[in-house]
Amino acid sequence: MLRFLTRRVLGALVILLIISAVTFFLFYAIPADPARLACGKVCPPETLEQARHNLGIDQPLMVQFVSWLAGIFVGRDYGGLGHCPAPCLGFSFVNRAPVFETIIDRMPVTIALTIGAAVIFLIFGVATGIVAALRQGKPLDKIASVSSLIGASVQIYFVGTLAMYFFVYQIQVFRQPKYIPITEDPLGWFNGLLLPWLVLALIFTANYTRITRSTMVENLNEDYVRTARAKGMSGRSVVLRFALRGALTPVITIFGVDLGTLIGGAIITETTFGLQGIGRLAVRAVDYSDLPTLMATVLLAAGAIVVMNVIVDSLYAVIDPRVRLS
Amino acid sequence: MFLEVNDLTVDFHTEDGVVHAVDGLSFEVDRGSTLGIVGESGSGKSVTNLAILGLHNPDTAKLSGSIKLDGHELLGAPQRELEKLRGNKMAMIFQDPLTSLSPFHTVGQQIAEVYRKHKGVSKSVARERAIEMLDRVGIPQPKIRVDEYPHQFSGGMRQRAMIAMALVCDPGLLIADEPTTALDVTVQAQILDLLRDLQEQTGTAIIMITHDLGVVANTAHDVLVMYAGRAVERGTMREVLREPRHPYTWGLLGSMPSLNHPVDVPLEPVRGTPPSLINVPPGCPFHPRCDYAKLLGPGVCTGERPELSPHRGHGDACYLPLKQKAELRSQHGKQPGKEAS
Amino acid sequence: MTEKLLELSGVVKHFPVRGGSLIKRQIGSVHAVDGIDLVVHEGETLGLVGESGCGKSTTGRLAARLLEPTGGSISYRGQDISHANRRTLKPIRSEIQMIFQDPYSSLNPRHTVGSIIRGPMDINDINPPAGREARARELLEIVGLNPEHYNRFPHEFSGGQRQRIGVARALALDPKLIIADEPVSALDVSIQAQVINLLQQLQRDLGIAFLFIAHDLAVVRHFSQRVAVMYLGKVVEIADRDSLYQRPRHPYTHALLSAVPDADLEAPPRERIRLAGDVPSPIDPPSGCRFRTRCWKAQDKCATEEPPLLRLPGNRDGHLTACHFPEEPGVHGEDVVLDPALQA
Ligand SMILES: Nc1ncnc2c1ncn2[C@@H]1O[C@H](COP(=O)(O)OP(=O)(O)OP(=O)(O)O)[C@@H](O)[C@H]1O
Ligand SMILES: Nc1ncnc2c1ncn2[C@@H]1O[C@H](COP(=O)(O)OP(=O)(O)OP(=O)(O)O)[C@@H](O)[C@H]1O
Ligand code: SF4
Ligand code: SF4
Ligand SMILES: [Mg+2]
Ligand SMILES: [Mg+2]
Repeated sequence: MLRFLTRRVLGALVILLIISAVTFFLFYAIPADPARLACGKVCPPETLEQARHNLGIDQPLMVQFVSWLAGIFVGRDYGGLGHCPAPCLGFSFVNRAPVFETIIDRMPVTIALTIGAAVIFLIFGVATGIVAALRQGKPLDKIASVSSLIGASVQIYFVGTLAMYFFVYQIQVFRQPKYIPITEDPLGWFNGLLLPWLVLALIFTANYTRITRSTMVENLNEDYVRTARAKGMSGRSVVLRFALRGALTPVITIFGVDLGTLIGGAIITETTFGLQGIGRLAVRAVDYSDLPTLMATVLLAAGAIVVMNVIVDSLYAVIDPRVRLS
Repeated sequence: MFLEVNDLTVDFHTEDGVVHAVDGLSFEVDRGSTLGIVGESGSGKSVTNLAILGLHNPDTAKLSGSIKLDGHELLGAPQRELEKLRGNKMAMIFQDPLTSLSPFHTVGQQIAEVYRKHKGVSKSVARERAIEMLDRVGIPQPKIRVDEYPHQFSGGMRQRAMIAMALVCDPGLLIADEPTTALDVTVQAQILDLLRDLQEQTGTAIIMITHDLGVVANTAHDVLVMYAGRAVERGTMREVLREPRHPYTWGLLGSMPSLNHPVDVPLEPVRGTPPSLINVPPGCPFHPRCDYAKLLGPGVCTGERPELSPHRGHGDACYLPLKQKAELRSQHGKQPGKEAS
Repeated sequence: MTEKLLELSGVVKHFPVRGGSLIKRQIGSVHAVDGIDLVVHEGETLGLVGESGCGKSTTGRLAARLLEPTGGSISYRGQDISHANRRTLKPIRSEIQMIFQDPYSSLNPRHTVGSIIRGPMDINDINPPAGREARARELLEIVGLNPEHYNRFPHEFSGGQRQRIGVARALALDPKLIIADEPVSALDVSIQAQVINLLQQLQRDLGIAFLFIAHDLAVVRHFSQRVAVMYLGKVVEIADRDSLYQRPRHPYTHALLSAVPDADLEAPPRERIRLAGDVPSPIDPPSGCRFRTRCWKAQDKCATEEPPLLRLPGNRDGHLTACHFPEEPGVHGEDVVLDPALQA
């Protein structure tokens, strides 16, 4: 197990390195001049030269990449612009602050939004999937499949906007989504995120119901489930310990993909609900041509997907010994 | 008798119609003895035995008749009660040991959980018992193997583990549904020997389901030949193999190449294919394939359904008079022009 | 003796096993077939028996040149086809046909029976197109199906009938050799017997040679003139049918024969040999004689020296055995029980 994990983590690190290189060269190789941005609207040539030097962009590209990478681990000084402590993902000239600080600031919003919604749709989706599988062809099963069809065919910005309009502005059962740190006011934190969670859950649950149902139906017909019943295991233990165990693999696969998508796609969700997370940060960075911040958010989204993959792979190994021991 | 099955009928309600998988089947098995159930694919062998364990889905399968285990009626008993019996008083092993064992649990866990469930012992006691059982079924290094997963076992060892799991609570009845069909001959021989030895030690009643008359000859005391969900012949192993009475049994025996079969003499298979169980032929279900139906005159074999007779001992379900059967059997397959169609 | 049709000499087929963490590299190989010599003569039936995974199907696919050998040579009518290209193989392919185990998956469900049987004729462009249908109908009749069923689809047929369709397809090009890979294993006993009788009749009437692969010793005995026994990628014994079944010399052949359950109660009792354990992995086969891990006669020599496939003194011509310490012909010793579970 340990060997399996180390192998996966090492692999992920290599991929992250490749992603950061690609991102770096994409952003720094484009003709936009970061020094001009750093220097401000009115920029005398000598100041520009100084800014270039401070940023290190008078150096060859490879050297720049290495010092950028090194910055992540040991921090970096941007000449007169300021110091960026480790982990330094770059320095935003728009905010006049290290990018990492801004990200740390915004991170809890995105995390709370996605993880909260994910917990709801995972639990709810799997539970309805199991029930539908056990009640094959009965009314409950049919309701579940119809609602999953509806859920699968709508989009966040559409339902989100509609829900905002109806629940927040018209009948006012929810308040305007807002992020209040959980440490300040747990209830407020919960209330502020409830509507986005429910909307996301509405959209994603459907998929989990469908997948859980179909793999459960398949698994309930497996020979080893029949064996479990033949040796006197109770109905509940057959369903949970045997059939569900086998059904989890595809669910986890989709869950990993969805979490990655949610974090990577935070732009849409946060814009719809007006929350100030990483997604909105990225939008703002584009507006202000804030390259270092933009690059960091792109890197973060890619990183989130890679990390999710490692977690999913490891979960496979936990669930299925055939993966672990091969 | 330890197990008594009386007039068992199993119908499946499907979209295409009602499948009469088992129709009016009766048999019994005593402690310490083995009943071999033979028949071709689809003759209702597995359906019968899943009915004994109560494993059919009540929504689609309609059962009637009576199944008595040690005097207790099983048909219609609540699931909770059956759960207490399954794995404890009656157990089953299946054809494919790889897919029949859970890939997610160690072999030891799978054996121990049966013991814990039925005997209410602690985890460590159950584990000790699992190791003891693995040792008894001939798995080397049981203390190490107990913590391994089924996919780390070879085919023969998996079937041994299945047997260990089935016998862990010393059940009075063991149903073996084609336990060696998926295995190589040399491994099959090992498993059949093992089952016989274990039966000698524990006195378990065994139902051995197979389509191989060779396996029956090697393991069974009594034999039941099934065709289209019905018993067509019943008797001791020697009676049925030495003096088979039903034309279908003749066909089965004639189809099997044996190591002593004279070469260059063609096999004598039954012609045609088994009937659909939705539209079972009226009268004797075997009549569309039977060469002797015409001897009895029109309407006999297609009219009333023949019952197993005599009631006890060696019996078969065919209208041909016994004397004529003995004569016909000695000539079976020797008529010129009788070829597979 | 009749002419050699197909000859395999020293044929080896290894399949790579890949593994490794980031980059997949070859970490070993499956020794599926490891140096075998076989000859199929014109019009004869050679049976090939052995347990699961011993390389029977691989041998069959090599013989049909559906696989390229890793080593050794395969020749057809004296022409070396071991590494022949597609074009050279084309005329030979039409003379060697295969029948497969699974009558369900080996027929395309979307094609009619007629077009399935015509398939080989269409590909090879033989017969005038108009004659092909007539030929296909004729073939249906030969294999005992109704020619009227020409336009039906495979799912409308039972398992045994589908296997007959497979046989008809194999016959379409008037093959000289048919490689039948477990053609009856998936069928019910009564249907199995029908198909065996059909194949036997075809063999007699049309003089087609067969390489008949099966794991059932009784079926092989019934169908073959000569029989080869395989174990872990090697031929361990080969002989004419009577010698092999009545005077086997290799311990493994003895064990196999002893393990067959027989329904014939009148048959003389056979010695009872029970092998221990299972077949070892073909990725890392035992040194020397591959059977030594399960052999009750094994000695030190068996681990160091591989026994060559030879004619032993007292054996008939063509009866070859690969064993350092073979069983005596005909005389059967007492029971040999190696199964630890049974010794207790
Ligand atoms: N759940 C089910 N629903 C509908 N039909 C069924 C069901 N289970 C079994 N059958 C049908 O009942 C008949 C008897 O099946 P059964 O499995 O008992 O055959 P078998 O004798 O065990 O054959 P095999 O040798 O192939 O295992 C078959 O025709 C099968 O298609
Ligand atoms: N394409 C392949 N790639 C890798 N390994 C293979 C391949 N084909 C066969 N093998 C391996 O080669 C060995 C011999 O296989 P083969 O199918 O020839 O055995 P067989 O004697 O036909 O067995 P069976 O009776 O199960 O059909 C097996 O261990 C198998 O796993
Ligand atoms: S009853 Fe008639 S059809 Fe049935 S087996 Fe006897 S002779 Fe044949
Ligand atoms: S060579 Fe040795 S190990 Fe191999 S079969 Fe002969 S006696 Fe047994
Ligand atoms: Mg069955
Ligand atoms: Mg094969």
